[in-house]
Amino acid sequence: MSILLSDISKNFGTFAALNHINLEVPEGELVALLGPSGCGKTTLLRIIAGLEHTDKGRVLINGQDKTDQTVSQRGIGFVFQHYALFRHMTVFENVAFGLRVKPRRDRPSNEDISKKVHSLLELVQLDWLHNRYPDQLSGGQRQRIALARALAVEPSVLLLDEPFGALDASVRKDLRQWLRNLHHELHVTSIFVTHDQEEAMEVASQVVVLNHGRIEQQGSPSDIYDHPANAFVSKFIGQTNIFDLDEHDNEWLQTAGLLQPSQQGKIAHVRPHDIIIEKTDNHHTAPATLKDWQHLGALIRIELVKNESNGSDAPVFAEMPNEQFKQLELSKGDKVKLKIRQAHWFH
Amino acid sequence: MNTITQPLNKDKVVTQQRALQDPTWVRWGLTAIAISFISLFICVPLGLVIFQAFSKGLQAYWSALSNADTLSAIRLTLLVAIITVPLNTLFGIIAAWAITRFEFKGKSFLTTLIDIPFSVSPVISGFIFVLLFGAEGWFGNWLVEHDIKIIFAAPGIILATLFITFPFVARQLIPLMQEMGNQEEEAALSLGAGGWKMFFSVTLPNIKWALLYGVLLCNARAMGEFGAVSVVSGHIRGMTNTLPLHVEVSYNDYDVVSAFASASILAALAIVTLILKTTLEWKQANR
Repeated sequence: MSILLSDISKNFGTFAALNHINLEVPEGELVALLGPSGCGKTTLLRIIAGLEHTDKGRVLINGQDKTDQTVSQRGIGFVFQHYALFRHMTVFENVAFGLRVKPRRDRPSNEDISKKVHSLLELVQLDWLHNRYPDQLSGGQRQRIALARALAVEPSVLLLDEPFGALDASVRKDLRQWLRNLHHELHVTSIFVTHDQEEAMEVASQVVVLNHGRIEQQGSPSDIYDHPANAFVSKFIGQTNIFDLDEHDNEWLQTAGLLQPSQQGKIAHVRPHDIIIEKTDNHHTAPATLKDWQHLGALIRIELVKNESNGSDAPVFAEMPNEQFKQLELSKGDKVKLKIRQAHWFH
Repeated sequence: MNTITQPLNKDKVVTQQRALQDPTWVRWGLTAIAISFISLFICVPLGLVIFQAFSKGLQAYWSALSNADTLSAIRLTLLVAIITVPLNTLFGIIAAWAITRFEFKGKSFLTTLIDIPFSVSPVISGFIFVLLFGAEGWFGNWLVEHDIKIIFAAPGIILATLFITFPFVARQLIPLMQEMGNQEEEAALSLGAGGWKMFFSVTLPNIKWALLYGVLLCNARAMGEFGAVSVVSGHIRGMTNTLPLHVEVSYNDYDVVSAFASASILAALAIVTLILKTTLEWKQANR
């Protein structure tokens, strides 16, 4: 079901955690709330859930105003960062909890509860663990049980707080894929909170970038990556080289083939893969020197030093496929020519 | 491979022993001191209580216990415990809940206040109630007018015991509930549980061993309290004597068998408490 947040503000004492947030999540989307720690993303998620009150603004789920309802009345599914499984209950009882606490007239029979719990456990591929206790499970297993538990009450929306935050890197990769597939299968409107831009881009169909309690940009992952709305988004999403033209980078950029367009900002953000490196024999006009490189699997990340002495001496990073780099036959200390394909300009 | 690693491992074990273990005489010496200290100051007195209680034979022991004054002391002690322990259990849960789950002004002050009965001498605690409800106290006149007896009567003893024992349950629960956090409770709410359902199906199972432990300590103190109760009771035989007071009164009357027979009940209570306490600690550790 769709979620509509209108003009949400929240203060903790004098600290403004959220500032006039307006957000619309269409039905069936998988949305990532992305931002650095302390940006208010978890607070926003808890407000949608009803675990936190707003100071101002309304929360609408499927067109119904839920602002004044408690968390138990809202019919949402919430997966906590540290899973919050009931430690004294078996996996089965954990998943059954939401069904067992229903008022008597809505409560399914024991048989139906059992059927439902087992089908959910099969969905998360952990039915064989139904007799275990939470402390006998691995992190990834707990995560999936927490998800099954939240899904048991057939929530109108599913909210996940840093769902992969406490997991090993390898488990995290698998679970991301798995969560995407699960969402394709169930189509329940879902919002998850993350500080990891890679995770947001990989899993979500829509990304909402938050900073200092405000929404900086909302859009599809490719939209946000290719057309960042401002310098913060550009810096936060992926690697970026920043050239501030007040710092005499202008001339240097021109030698790299990038002209400052008129009427735009003075700060250029250049993605590493938009910098093309070429060999050169003309050592006097070569704009950069190859300092070092690192293997990132299929890509090589190349660290360059600008030859211009009066500019800022921050290193410039470029990326290119492994094979291509080998063909250039470069070694450390070589002077190189650059070609910058495109830049985003900000004030 | 094996031939290389085995001698190395052996070496390691030997050096570890040397580094971590004290010489034999130190180990034996310290153990001997600890054991003799415990025997001298705990086992011998406890043995003496039982020896004295039975010094004139089983018959005398039973008649001392079935004496009307002793029976009345036992009844009063049980009455005090039955009233104070549940009240302080309830209070302890409420206080721990408020302190660990809500943010409010004066929270750290409340936390400190809970400890006052631990830090004030029990005699002073008793005296506070005399000052409040005694004939010369603040409410003294009003109580006399309405013919209500608190001091030198059971209500005074119950009030003093309530005051003395109220930190036990709260003190056990606060650190545990702080450590647990409230995520499981929030999870229960998000799954549609109401407040009571959440408390009984999620909170209570998680705190039950600590709660029982606190109740046990509270009960032991409620039955064994001497100082505060002594001030408010007035030592009226068969009326306002609790077991500890009865022990003192009997002893002052040179009724050694009666004194030690009553004391043996308290000693038995202490031993049962200790066994239960150890069991609960073990349960809590293996939760």
